[in-house]
Amino acid sequence: MPVDATLTSLWLAGLTALILVPFGVWAGRALATAQFAGKGFVETLVLLPLILPPTVLGYYLLVAFAPANPVGQAINTVFGGSLAFSFEGILIASLIANVPFAVQPIQRSFEAIPDTVREAAWVSGLNGWQTLWRIELPLAWPGIVTAAALVMAHTLGEFGVILMVGGNIPGETQTLSIAIYDRLQAFKTAEAGLISAVLLVASLAALAIVQTTAATGRTPRPRP
Amino acid sequence: MSDGMERRRKHPTRRHVILGGCAVAVAGLGIGANSAWSANRKPVLVAAAANLRPVMPALLAAMGEAGVGPVRISFGASGNLARQIAQGAPFEVFMSADRARVSFVAEHRRIEAQAVYARGRLAWVSAAGLGADRETADLAALVAATGDGRVAIGNPEHAPYGIAARAALQSANVWSAIEPRLVFAENVAQAAQFALTGNAAAAITSLSLARTPELRARLASVTIAEALHPPIEQEIALLAGASDAARAVYAFIVSPAAARIFAEAGYAVPSPAKPAKPTKPSKS
Repeated sequence: MPVDATLTSLWLAGLTALILVPFGVWAGRALATAQFAGKGFVETLVLLPLILPPTVLGYYLLVAFAPANPVGQAINTVFGGSLAFSFEGILIASLIANVPFAVQPIQRSFEAIPDTVREAAWVSGLNGWQTLWRIELPLAWPGIVTAAALVMAHTLGEFGVILMVGGNIPGETQTLSIAIYDRLQAFKTAEAGLISAVLLVASLAALAIVQTTAATGRTPRPRP
Repeated sequence: MSDGMERRRKHPTRRHVILGGCAVAVAGLGIGANSAWSANRKPVLVAAAANLRPVMPALLAAMGEAGVGPVRISFGASGNLARQIAQGAPFEVFMSADRARVSFVAEHRRIEAQAVYARGRLAWVSAAGLGADRETADLAALVAATGDGRVAIGNPEHAPYGIAARAALQSANVWSAIEPRLVFAENVAQAAQFALTGNAAAAITSLSLARTPELRARLASVTIAEALHPPIEQEIALLAGASDAARAVYAFIVSPAAARIFAEAGYAVPSPAKPAKPTKPSKS
């Protein structure tokens, strides 16, 4: 059982969710409530990682990380080294690949909150932050939990992007799904099966969390 | 209720119309494909290791001239292809990147004939100047020239050229020095790509790949002496029940005419093409 790969995958999934969910709340709420020029364009941009084949996304990241170009040089000065073949590199890849999974569910759940609820909160004397914290977030909670679970499950199963930018270094960039692929290529079917079972259990747990939270967190929606 | 039944019978629903349309379209496609099929000869299905991609156009052209084929090729990692064939994929000829994958197929399917058709050669590629194109056993000098940059090789756990690359680095006594700086690519093509994009200072790839115009334009290469690693013997298998056309393809690949094409593309050629040998499942 590759402990390194399991830890790498769990770290990657946890950090990706930890960074993306707050971003999803900010971006999802903005897309749900604000009207601005180019909103359709931004929404398309959010969905783009779903459409791009992971290998394409990975290849572009690899080109961006290359020390020869200005972007790569800027990254080198900021991070003190190249991002290709590093954990930080696959984290960035995973963040980009998961944006739609974080933003979409949260945006939809904020959209389901009628404006009148917000207005009622303001009339009752709550300021913007209090409205967000005490009214909107509880109402949007199922969407936020869904986003977190989707991001984690998707990151655990992510393969193409990691394969492209990771360089398969044990303890650094070798994730569970890469480890499974390696074992299969080396005809170690039993080992591959074992790791797959671990991945399956982890993913099922993530999905179970979604199901139960979505069921218990369902709140009666006030009618406008 | 009867009223509803009647209405449904009288007016074909939209679903019926769509289904009918689909059926007509499928039937039309079937007829079209069938006539196209019979107009040509049925192509021979060949499963080919990914490293053969650069040499295949020349091979296909020569086959066409010799009246062999037509051939339809599926490129892939030898391991994946071997697994598919073992599961009954309808390939008639399997051009593997090594011998172990052919042995694996032989455990599951009957093989009519097999032979080593080419030996792979390793090449060290780098964007940095390597001097004249030559053959060398001095990997220490090449490694030293990379400074503290990454070096990409095929995965030494399973990729045939990766296994050979590790063996070469070990016999040159530089493995332990370079190991912390190695990155493992899925295959030689990805290893080369890591060097092409500049993320790796150098890569060990196949000579056949290093000789492609795309790589030559941007990377210098040096051939690694074959004495440093066990030979990368690429084996071809003709599966039992193959058609006459498939037999002709097999015969062509192991012929001297094909050997010349392989040699030009950066492979060493077995002298003379080894005849069929009984396969013993061997652990690599």
